[in-house]
Amino acid sequence: MSDIKESAVIKTTIPEQEVVLSLYKSADKIYARSVSGIFHKWRWVMVWATQLFFYGVPWLQWDGRQAMLFDLEAKRFYIFGLIFHPQDLIYLSFLLIVSALALFLFTAVAGRLWCGYTCPQTVYTEIYMWMEQKIEGDRIARMRLDDSQWNLNKITRKSLKQFAWITFGLWTGVTFVGYFSPIRELVPAIFEWQLGGWETFWICFYGFATYGNAGYMREQVCKYMCPYARFQSAMFDGDTMTVTYDEARGEPRGARSKKAGENANGLGSCIDCSICVQVCPTGIDIRNGLQYECIGCGACIDACDDVMDKMGYAKGLIKYTTQNGLENRWTRQQMWRRLLRPRVLVYTAILSALTIGMVVSLYFKPDFRLDVLRDRAMMARYTNEGKIENVYNLKLENDTETTRDYALQVTGLPDISVHISDNNGQPFKGFKPFETRNVIVELQLPDGVTNAGSHKIYFEMTDIASKDTIKEKSVFIVPSN
Amino acid sequence: MNDFVNGFWPIWISTITLGGIAFCVGLLIFASRIKVNVQSDNTNGHEWDGIKEMNNPLPMWWVGLFIITVIFGLAYLFLFPGLGTYNGKFGWTEVKQYEAEVAKNNEKIAPLYAKYAAMPVEEVAKIPEARDIGKRIFLNNCAACHGSDAKGSRGFPNLTDNDWLYGGAPDTIKLTINNGRNGIMPPMAAAVGSEEDVKNVANYVLSLSGSIHDSGRANAGKEKFAVCAACHGPEGKGNQAIGAPNLTDNIWLHGQGEAAIIKRIHEGKNNVMPAWQEKFTPEQIHLLTAYVWGLSKK
Ligand code: SF4
Ligand code: SF4
Repeated sequence: MSDIKESAVIKTTIPEQEVVLSLYKSADKIYARSVSGIFHKWRWVMVWATQLFFYGVPWLQWDGRQAMLFDLEAKRFYIFGLIFHPQDLIYLSFLLIVSALALFLFTAVAGRLWCGYTCPQTVYTEIYMWMEQKIEGDRIARMRLDDSQWNLNKITRKSLKQFAWITFGLWTGVTFVGYFSPIRELVPAIFEWQLGGWETFWICFYGFATYGNAGYMREQVCKYMCPYARFQSAMFDGDTMTVTYDEARGEPRGARSKKAGENANGLGSCIDCSICVQVCPTGIDIRNGLQYECIGCGACIDACDDVMDKMGYAKGLIKYTTQNGLENRWTRQQMWRRLLRPRVLVYTAILSALTIGMVVSLYFKPDFRLDVLRDRAMMARYTNEGKIENVYNLKLENDTETTRDYALQVTGLPDISVHISDNNGQPFKGFKPFETRNVIVELQLPDGVTNAGSHKIYFEMTDIASKDTIKEKSVFIVPSN
Repeated sequence: MNDFVNGFWPIWISTITLGGIAFCVGLLIFASRIKVNVQSDNTNGHEWDGIKEMNNPLPMWWVGLFIITVIFGLAYLFLFPGLGTYNGKFGWTEVKQYEAEVAKNNEKIAPLYAKYAAMPVEEVAKIPEARDIGKRIFLNNCAACHGSDAKGSRGFPNLTDNDWLYGGAPDTIKLTINNGRNGIMPPMAAAVGSEEDVKNVANYVLSLSGSIHDSGRANAGKEKFAVCAACHGPEGKGNQAIGAPNLTDNIWLHGQGEAAIIKRIHEGKNNVMPAWQEKFTPEQIHLLTAYVWGLSKK
């Protein structure tokens, strides 16, 4: 209980008097106290999951190249077996829409789940706070250290912390750049001082951003910079799970001895230890109700549950609950039932439709491209044999990493024949990886087999290896004389 | 440059831009001087329709960022052309950047071009890589008229046969690309004679290439062909020095048959191929020449 006595000194309410303040004020440093508990564990699970992914993936290999590489110079994006080109930008839009919808859905169901557990800002802040705690100690120790005179202890701890922070930040920067520039060449290049100017810049930039945001800006990012925080309230409703203080149970709050019992002297269950305030990374008091600063990290739940435990009271004075649930004293089950409300169902439906659509279209995405450009200056002409001829410029691109052969078939008009005058007689054979070729194709039709005008035809290009076929529409023009 | 950067508008734009920045700075200074009474419930006394404004002062770093943004804006306007007709301190413009990039790229590929430029056209035409470069230039610039397959169409010569209006030697082709050509056939009907004479001459012309014709009319037209012979030669074999087409082959640039020929005799023809030397470097024209020359050498 020593913790509780100590921290009761901290004032959390504004003194009852008028003060004159400017519209600007330097942000107070928040000394978040460390917590342990179920939500804390979950956050660390997510920290490990996201960071193992982030730091690990660039080192994976696939088919003799980096598994995930965004090669900006060659304008080619490799994601394991998939290769994207600038013309596949539509998939990026898809991905962004799906992500946005997922965010809507999660927010509607359980508020700022993303903020509390997965957001890089939270994750890196968690890692940086962990380092800070290991080096400078927990809340009170850190406050004392900051207040103390500069001495050897302070210098050592502070520089150790800076070293850890900066190293971690730079490693993050290197990893980030490693997604764009092969990391297995990048890392040795750093040690040989062979780094290019842009790489150096981005490593430092990203490293600095990590260091600054996770080390110093912390809750300021969530409160002032993050756009999601600005509009997430639009996705909340009365049935959204949020971190809530059970006011009916807790108030009136007041300190008491452990022996006094839960509701002694007409008090509520809150013993006013203010630990929930001390652990809050954004420095708010959840007992004042739902506030925009609350990132839904659950730290206060863990902390208060701990206090309740020690006091011998039931847990859940602060808990994930819904506004309606709290008002109507619903059970968990009754609240879960509200999951099937239209808002959630609609989000889920759209999200699954889009996700399925994206996966299916990715699966069927042909790995070559065909553009058909019909010669426009001359509509049609007669060959010496008296056939009607139209000319097309086929731009064929092999988007795979292997050499491929293709076959062309033209459909839509019977009797049409394909004539290819250049490209050494093997116009569609032996496309090297990523090779693009312009093949000029003349289509010939015997005179008189069809009426004058424009006729729909299709160029069907088949990849011999994968049997994928692309069908491109064009027209064949038959002159009227 | 256009009207947009002349007269009133540049001043208008500059005033708005600089005035906007000045306004932002002023607002910042003004707002930082305001003092508010903070009530005990941490509101600042402002109330609208029952909604009270909380006292949530902006953090100082935000003010710092604001000032940095203003400084950045001013520095940008000083360095780059953003204020009316002002060109920026160092004249950094997109056009110059583009030109610099083009120059840099040209420098990079210069050795490749130099290698081909030093070889005769006939040799270059044998190298597939060189042909590919030539082909790409052709597709992007020449195909609009001559067709992607270079076989032309009515009015646009076929480049893949061995019939050349001005001659098919590499140097001639290069000259054609560089300077362009202007093929002129004047209207000749008056010089030929009556309408009947024109028809006879047309049949004679058809007979030269063994096309379907009226041999009686052809015989009658032979004499009148003399006026045409000045350009097309007494035997109708054409004259490459002035680009007069050969009439004895079966290649008809402006259409086949009696009617088409009569039309040409009446109206003449002014056929223009533009000059390309302004657009391409000599090395590019060399490669293009090799590609075109190679088309008919299969
Ligand atoms: S809500 Fe819980 S943690 Fe917060 S002051 Fe009350 S008892 Fe302490
Ligand atoms: S109020 Fe609780 S859940 Fe919200 S940010 Fe603070 S500690 Fe996290």
